Amino acid sequence: MIRFEQVSVTYGDDTAAPALDGVDLTVPEGELCLLVGPSGVGKSTLLGTVSGLVPHFTGGTLRGRVTVAGRDTRTHRPRELADVVGTVGQDPLAHFVTDTVEDELAYGMESLGVAPAVMRRRVEETLDLLGLAGLRDRPLATLSGGQQQRVAIGSVLTTHPKVLVLDEPTSALDPGAAEEVLAVLQRLVHDLGTTVLMAEHRLERVVQYADQVILLPGPGEAPVTGTPAGMMAISPVRPPVVSLGRLAGWSPLPLSVRDARRRAASLKERLPETEAALPKPRRESGKAGSEPAEVTHLSVRHGRTAALRDITLTAAPGEIIAVMGRNGAGKSTLLRSLVGMHRPNGGSVRVGGVTPHRTAPAELLRHVGLVPQEPRDLLYADTVGAECAAADEDAGAEPGTCRALVSELLPGVPDATHPRDLSEGQRLALALAVVLAARPPLLLLDEPTRGLDYAAKERLVEILRGLAAEGHAIVMATHDVELAAELAHRVVVIAEGEVVADGPTAEVVVASPAFAPQVAKILAPLPWLTVPQVRAALEEAR
Amino acid sequence: MTTDTPTRAPGGRLPRPARGAGLSHSAAPPRERDQRRPRATRAETLHAGAWWLWALGLATAASRTTNPLLLGLLVSVAGYVVAARRTDAPWARSYGAFLKLGLAVIGIRLVFAFALGSPIPGTHTLVTLPEVPLPDWAQGVRIGGRVHAEGLVFALYDGLKLAALLVCVGAANALANPARLLKSLPGALYEAGVAVVVAMTFAPNLVSDVQRLRAARRLRGRADRGPKALLQVGLPVLEGALERSVALAAAMDARGYGRTARVPRAVRHTTSVLTLGGLVGVCAGTYGLLADAGAGYGTPVLVAGLAAALAGLWLGGRRSARTRYRPDRWGVRAWLVSASGAAVAALMVWANGYAPAALHPPAVPLTAPELPLWPAASILLGLLPAFVAPAPGPRSPEEEEQ
Repeated sequence: MIRFEQVSVTYGDDTAAPALDGVDLTVPEGELCLLVGPSGVGKSTLLGTVSGLVPHFTGGTLRGRVTVAGRDTRTHRPRELADVVGTVGQDPLAHFVTDTVEDELAYGMESLGVAPAVMRRRVEETLDLLGLAGLRDRPLATLSGGQQQRVAIGSVLTTHPKVLVLDEPTSALDPGAAEEVLAVLQRLVHDLGTTVLMAEHRLERVVQYADQVILLPGPGEAPVTGTPAGMMAISPVRPPVVSLGRLAGWSPLPLSVRDARRRAASLKERLPETEAALPKPRRESGKAGSEPAEVTHLSVRHGRTAALRDITLTAAPGEIIAVMGRNGAGKSTLLRSLVGMHRPNGGSVRVGGVTPHRTAPAELLRHVGLVPQEPRDLLYADTVGAECAAADEDAGAEPGTCRALVSELLPGVPDATHPRDLSEGQRLALALAVVLAARPPLLLLDEPTRGLDYAAKERLVEILRGLAAEGHAIVMATHDVELAAELAHRVVVIAEGEVVADGPTAEVVVASPAFAPQVAKILAPLPWLTVPQVRAALEEAR
Repeated sequence: MTTDTPTRAPGGRLPRPARGAGLSHSAAPPRERDQRRPRATRAETLHAGAWWLWALGLATAASRTTNPLLLGLLVSVAGYVVAARRTDAPWARSYGAFLKLGLAVIGIRLVFAFALGSPIPGTHTLVTLPEVPLPDWAQGVRIGGRVHAEGLVFALYDGLKLAALLVCVGAANALANPARLLKSLPGALYEAGVAVVVAMTFAPNLVSDVQRLRAARRLRGRADRGPKALLQVGLPVLEGALERSVALAAAMDARGYGRTARVPRAVRHTTSVLTLGGLVGVCAGTYGLLADAGAGYGTPVLVAGLAAALAGLWLGGRRSARTRYRPDRWGVRAWLVSASGAAVAALMVWANGYAPAALHPPAVPLTAPELPLWPAASILLGLLPAFVAPAPGPRSPEEEEQ
């Protein structure tokens, strides 16, 4: 269905290193093909060549040949491929042209000139297929993240494309919404025979559905293709279930929790029955009234809807708290209330003894720092060096404080780099350094692992552990159950603005199937949550 | 979460649901009697063009009078219809902005009349401002000086007229989905229209970007208010907008925007000739109509030019392969709504013939404006859409729940 023949892509002049090189592979019809690899190896470029957006839209030079359903992308512009390729990106809002669900579903067909009667029928079919019938008249801006992503997929499905290209379709979604989207993809592959080519960082969610895995090992290196199990054995990026399989020496490697659980009996026997390696918070209970964060009976309303209702939460120094819950549950509102962006409608918020929304920003900086969902929002300067100098000045810190932090978090980035040229993980580290320049006792992170590959995530985990050990209290809002399991001492689950669960990580995440990490699901009822814990336990038992 | 609303039996009363969702409906008088009118779902939505015709009718009426009582009545009529029939969609929230704009227009007009004086002669001096001496070449311009009540009243009437026009346009904006209006454009203009609508949706995005980035400044320990803060986020906001537009353009291209059908060469050439020739004809015809000499040939040339241009547009539409998904239907309700607007306009124009004085109360000498009975009654015809247009759907599921 998709054929790559000796494809290489170079951006800029000919002397630049190719973003993609030596791609020579075939994606057969009706397969779900997963594209994996660390950040910055050209996954998005490879996907772009299928829809023709590379090079027609992005510029750059494409050598070799890409054919989709027999059409050469060099001679066909993206709009001429629109009836065979459907493309969905990470941010559905950037994809929408119209304003209501039904119009959005019809838009592609209108462009292709499909007859009105056919359009009507296909819209109804797609509404049912994706479970959107109840939302048909809703404005797109009012939908939740998972619903928007389903509409985005539906909007390209109505033209009945033979190929569906998806770039990180579940990265921004909570576990439940991600399941929704993946179930739809499964159905398309099984029922309609659509060929799906998908890149995704969160392998734990998708790898078990793939028929074929294309691994891009490094920038400019030729891709390797194979079965999911075979590829996971050599891949530098892998989900926890695969890591556990490698640790236990299982072959072939399990890809799903179910596979792994069947083989886990022997591993369970080898594991000691003590609760050895679970993380313990370093509780240095401060004096009452000066804890890094104290939220009591907080209520916040946005217009007529209650965003938070009666939330009570305390963070002690050195404690890491993960706030979880579906998209739009009020996680970000809670974090923003802690930095005074929302005035409480009831209850109180105190960070380090001050009330955030009544404190001047320059003073508040010394008590609390927030790294927002889009770290780029925090960065204004043209170079990393200038950004650091500005951060020192804002924080009233010694000149060079921020730069030292950057070197520690992000080794090998020269001062002259433009923040825009950094990768997602590097930008997050820079924003973190900027916030940390003021040494706030309370650090807040909103969705820190969005767009990070496993290596960047591991670095982040190390950094945050170090900070907690130094006595920073950390509160992070996240959908990433693996991150929460690995890092957090406590998990708070929020639903519709109310706390529905609050307790030690092990208790909370294991109690709920949606929030349980893979290792906990495999080894239940044993208390281990992550691969490093299991590794440590095995070494101890030996 | 339930999104379905209680179904209303035709002619029957809504059974009061146990969870009290009916309260919000029965509280608003126009909705209480909605049972015979369909909900504004996709199939029943009023044609966007009908709303615009209605609003333009009211605007025409507003432009024909300076009587503050009549203008106030017009604004209230438009406001009532908007309150009764607007949906919860994003574009429907623009009405408040238009109201504020109208008030700003009145304010500015009054300030100018106060500070710069007014050409209207007046006898009731309110205050005397110190007059700024101006050089000879600025004769005729005055800054400061005596402020007459007559001048202010005249400015108020004038400003009120302009504000009423704005409110009428705002009403159309709030009631009709701009994207739907596009669907009624001829095929050849569709792509230009999409560009305009996309540009319009960028304004709200820009506002939310500015808010987000100003909030982020707070996180850096910088002031989030004041003009300096606004200036410093300017560049990132523009960058963001640019990136978004590039992403949207890519998405639109990948979804087939701009695909053209193959048309024979002859047709393409005929299209160009007709369109260009038509435009030249329109220009020449207009000139002929306006110039004294060409009154004879003006009208026929204009008509011929228009016809040629329209034929060109129609032929050009063949190049675009687009089809339309469920275009709005122009039904009885659309006729009624647009007719009510047209009636208001026509009756007001007619009223200018039989009661010019009542429609234009003089500022000199100062007199209290009266409410002329028949013109006022004719304005009330504009309320018709509040009763015949489809009722808006449920607001949002959350509010339904409450």
